[in-house]
Amino acid sequence: MPEQLVFAMEVTLNGLMAGVLYALVALGFVLIYKASGIFNYAQGVMALFAAMTLVGIMNGQVPFAHLINAIFGTHVHEFGWSVPGFVAILLTLAVMVLLAWAVQRFVMRHLVGQEPIILFMATIGLAFFLEGVADLMWGSEIKTLDVGLPQGINLWIDETTFQIFDYGFFIDNLDIVATLIAALLVIALVAFSQYTKQGRAMRAVADDHQAALSVGISLNFIWVMVWSVAGFVALVAGIMWGTKSGVQFSLSLIALKALPVLMLGGFTSIPGAIVGGLIIGVGEKLFEFALGPALGGATENWFAYVLALIFLVFRPQGLFGEKIIERV
Amino acid sequence: MLDAAQTTDVQAETLLEVNNIEVIYNHVILVLKGVSLTVPKGGITALLGGNGAGKTTTLKAVSNLLHSERGEVTKGSIRYRGESIHASDPADLVEKGVIQVMEGRHCFEHLTVEENLLTGAYTRKDGNAAIQQDLDLVYNYFPRLKERRRSQAGYTSGGEQQMVAMGRALMSRPETILLDEPSMGLAPQLVEEIFGIVKDLNEKEGVSFLLAEQNTNVALRFAHYGYILESGRVVMDGPAAELRENPDVKEFYLGMSDEGRKSFRDVRSYRRRKRWL
Ligand SMILES: Nc1ncnc2c1ncn2[C@@H]1O[C@H](COP(=O)(O)OP(=O)(O)OP(=O)(O)O)[C@@H](O)[C@H]1O
Ligand SMILES: [Mg+2]
Repeated sequence: MPEQLVFAMEVTLNGLMAGVLYALVALGFVLIYKASGIFNYAQGVMALFAAMTLVGIMNGQVPFAHLINAIFGTHVHEFGWSVPGFVAILLTLAVMVLLAWAVQRFVMRHLVGQEPIILFMATIGLAFFLEGVADLMWGSEIKTLDVGLPQGINLWIDETTFQIFDYGFFIDNLDIVATLIAALLVIALVAFSQYTKQGRAMRAVADDHQAALSVGISLNFIWVMVWSVAGFVALVAGIMWGTKSGVQFSLSLIALKALPVLMLGGFTSIPGAIVGGLIIGVGEKLFEFALGPALGGATENWFAYVLALIFLVFRPQGLFGEKIIERV
Repeated sequence: MLDAAQTTDVQAETLLEVNNIEVIYNHVILVLKGVSLTVPKGGITALLGGNGAGKTTTLKAVSNLLHSERGEVTKGSIRYRGESIHASDPADLVEKGVIQVMEGRHCFEHLTVEENLLTGAYTRKDGNAAIQQDLDLVYNYFPRLKERRRSQAGYTSGGEQQMVAMGRALMSRPETILLDEPSMGLAPQLVEEIFGIVKDLNEKEGVSFLLAEQNTNVALRFAHYGYILESGRVVMDGPAAELRENPDVKEFYLGMSDEGRKSFRDVRSYRRRKRWL
């Protein structure tokens, strides 16, 4: 087999796994957008916030330590214990649910029925606020996150591919685990929204708020639930990304990667987010591999956006955007 | 004594009592200017009037869907079984047995017909078996929905969507249904069919109805009692049979005038005289 083709296969595999992570972030957007028509600019910051909270809890950091010390003149920084990863994840999840409730209670509830652009701006405000709170709570230094996910080259794949192609693929164990977890998460989300009562209510609210109210569905409850689920998705994305490249501000920028995914897949479609993520993940890696050297490299920075723009021109509702059902 | 006993079904227990309510939208637009009406148990009560008379607003004041449209009841009282429901949210009311079927159906378009029906059971806590049983009941009344149970509601016909909306309300096991313009945009034959089902539900399942309609003719044939609403006020009320024979109703709502068409201004001054004299 020609050498280039083998390289391309390795690149594709890596692209697929990056794509799964993009899809995961995009999914957080889709969930909230579908259920409430809000484009949640803060989704990326939520991932950062979740990752920081997780690290903070695991390390037994005292939240708001700087603030407490400044006010009371104390020197507390750590509780002196460390929390096992799994427990810390559960606790972080609780924090994300609390956050969802607070967002609904103090912000979104007061903006019901406002123009989408106002809701969007509210989420921009939320993003900056949350970023500030995260720094204040846990400190702004770069942290490493290790909840015990396997990392490093997968030897089995390396050896197997070496035997077949005479060239060993470099696939990171973390990417494999991330892909599996993301796939599970997506299946769970789809099952939840298709086959449970609350999932059905969520879809009902997405279709028609007024009608949902009229059958006794509480919009407040559904919205808190949706923000909680989005918080959970953010947490998972935060764990994957944070483990890979450290917990730092740039983590919140993964949201920018989700944007082209959404343009490609449509803002309202769960399968769209997944397929869109995969296309962009594979597309940008392959493009860089094939044309990167000729174009001066770093095409990954803009490829996704150009692809999305081309899509916007020819298929504005995205690949899987829901057809708007019209009927007189 | 015997007489009194015989008339008890006429003097049936009052379920809903709307007393002189005023409704304001957006803090400024006064839409209802003192509407009173009662809905007895086991009856079909019609709320009639032209475009913008305030029928929908009255129903939404009862079901408390007004709130999400920036509308507010500023005066008067609304009681259900003697209990004030002014501050109950729609979910509480659904649990109490009052549910609204909104004007223009409002189906969940991307949900299947059956999923739509199941959302109607959202507030119920009596278990899956009971819900399945009521699903069968709904399919019994609307056999067409059973054929289309797996179709997306958005792709069903207008008549089927009306049936979905009504079936969905039935799934909450309501005592009273606030039904807003079921005839809207439907062919006459379908209107008859829908009203026939309303009558059946009323007689066999004992569901009481407060029915808002522009189609006075049909509504008065099926209802027991009617209220006529004009610019936010009740201008006339009475048993349906009497309203049907009333010359004013005939002229203005049933389109059966002997004197030919009157100009709008004539109608206005005529009404005003009638109302205030
Ligand atoms: N959300 C709202 N904000 C402001 N005004 C409203 C609102 N909803 C209704 N109105 C006004 O209230 C009045 C009564 O409206 P309503 O919908 O209750 O009438 P209706 O009798 O149901 O009419 P139709 O037969 O056309 O449905 C109308 O003048 C309408 O313009
Ligand atoms: Mg109306």
